[in-house]
Amino acid sequence: MERFVQVLVDGIATGSIYAAVALALVLIFRSTGIVNFAQGEMAMFSTFVAWGLYEAGVPLGFAVLSTLVLSFLAGMAIERTLIRHFEGGEVLTLVIVTLGLFILLNGLAGWIWGFENRAFPSLFPDDAVDVVGVRLSVESLGIVAVLLGVVGLLFLLFQRTKIGLAMRAAALNPESSALVGVRVGTMLMLGWGLAAALGALAGVLVAPRLFLDVNLMGSVLIYAFAAAALGGFDSALGAVVGGWVIGVSENLAGTYVDFIGADLKILVPLGIIFVVLLVRPAGLFGTREVARA
Amino acid sequence: MTSPRVRISVICALAALAVAIPFLFGPYRVGQFTLVLVYAVAVLGLNLLVGYNGQISLGHGAFFALGAYSAALLIEKANVPHLLAVPAAGAVCFVAGYLFGIPALRLRGLYLALVTLGLAIAFPQLIKRFDGLTDGTQGLTVAQPVAPSWLGLADDQFLYLLVLAFAALMFLGAWNLVRGQLGRAITAVRDAEIPAATLGVDLGATKTRVFAVSAAYAGVGGALYVFAIGFVAPEAFTLTLSFAFLAAIVVGGLATISGAVFGALFIEFVPVYASDVNDALTGVIYGGVLIAFMWLLPEGAAGLLHRVRGLMARHRDRREWASEEKDLTPEGGAA
Repeated sequence: MERFVQVLVDGIATGSIYAAVALALVLIFRSTGIVNFAQGEMAMFSTFVAWGLYEAGVPLGFAVLSTLVLSFLAGMAIERTLIRHFEGGEVLTLVIVTLGLFILLNGLAGWIWGFENRAFPSLFPDDAVDVVGVRLSVESLGIVAVLLGVVGLLFLLFQRTKIGLAMRAAALNPESSALVGVRVGTMLMLGWGLAAALGALAGVLVAPRLFLDVNLMGSVLIYAFAAAALGGFDSALGAVVGGWVIGVSENLAGTYVDFIGADLKILVPLGIIFVVLLVRPAGLFGTREVARA
Repeated sequence: MTSPRVRISVICALAALAVAIPFLFGPYRVGQFTLVLVYAVAVLGLNLLVGYNGQISLGHGAFFALGAYSAALLIEKANVPHLLAVPAAGAVCFVAGYLFGIPALRLRGLYLALVTLGLAIAFPQLIKRFDGLTDGTQGLTVAQPVAPSWLGLADDQFLYLLVLAFAALMFLGAWNLVRGQLGRAITAVRDAEIPAATLGVDLGATKTRVFAVSAAYAGVGGALYVFAIGFVAPEAFTLTLSFAFLAAIVVGGLATISGAVFGALFIEFVPVYASDVNDALTGVIYGGVLIAFMWLLPEGAAGLLHRVRGLMARHRDRREWASEEKDLTPEGGAA
């Protein structure tokens, strides 16, 4: 039983990381209608920057904070210089462009930092605490707390501030928003910046659990996709719930289903994506898409 | 646009060049060109799907791998002759593509991209998991076709020509396909689904068929890959391969037949030269090229040729119109 709870909590912790990436995907999808295949690699790149700062002697907390800020700026720059050109284009074009960014960032990171594994320090002490008789790692609990904090902040931003309102307006109806004075372009840049920062956060959270290398986020991205698909690509709540469901089911399946083991864990999110898209393409919390010819 | 006679002579010249290659280069280069043909078949298949039908697959590396492993297992474990292994691998992938296509094609655009991306990631893991059959990470060594002595060809030359023959068949098939009724249905589905359906095109059937055919092309490519390399291992079929195929169709030109050759040349030779500079350079180039082509030249290399030819033809036509207009000016009715 104790093991079951540990697996469960660990799953929620991993799921929180997926949820963070899924939230980033949702942010961009809602504002620009693009599924950003490069999200994971942007996060990987950011994590390397954080690692570089840390190796250069910057204290870990400060290195992570400055990485978040840098990622925010870089995300805005990517939107403004690259994505803006393709916005509103065909799905195929957008997929190819963000995939191109994926491959490009992966290559650049390999060029700059090489292909070796590196250990990334955890933000949390390597310790465990007793919670109602079950030993749980501080790291797992910390990750969940960080995610909840981020979700809270995003909620405040979008529901309680003028910028958040403008961002929602720009996503919902760019033309009308522009007419009432919302700077739509800036709002889209903000959306990409926030997504990049969220991704970076997910990267520095996940890196200590795996090893930091250029393929750090490859599988995380698939899990995040599964989370976003499950929750609905345009639902922030869905991304969080989806992330948790995916994280928990992945961990349970990997631990208790022999055939799956560590090798085939990746089939779990794939199966989930497949089933969700067939049964309920809009996801659990998403809005059903209505197309007109 | 160009007259049939010019077209036929250009095709004949290219065919002669393709046949001449093994006699012009050393074994190492010939091996590379053999791989170009192998990739060209798979890239062509992907282009049928993405370029002509407008569906996205990021997972064709998986079908390529399935074809390669089918051929390898048939040859090594079931003693099937090499020549039979190719259509068999194609058939296996056709069926797999069809089965995968039935549920997947209800998904549009992005979602199909997601599912196929997952397929590309999961497939090498599956190969490793079924190591009883596939020998897992160790890989399988497969006997390559050997030149019959009466031909008087070296093995690498024979191999190249054999692969060329298969590739030529596949290209001819694709060329016929896109010009026929199914071909028109395929592009109609891409350009306007609902009007196509109104005109009696069965959307689901068309899409699944294209997916199956496209997978079969990748499978044949995979089988030919086994001929060319003589070895299969999961590491050869990672996500990078699927991305390379995608880069190839974008570089070659979406919805072109000849583009597959440009694309295949690109993905065979760029990594060879790029890795001299840095192992990561290939990725940087692929990524950069995908973005740059979508920005500047969405119609790819074949499209560029087409555009140049079009400009030349327009120039010629304008001169002809100019002389015709002179004759017509008295009536003032130049159309």
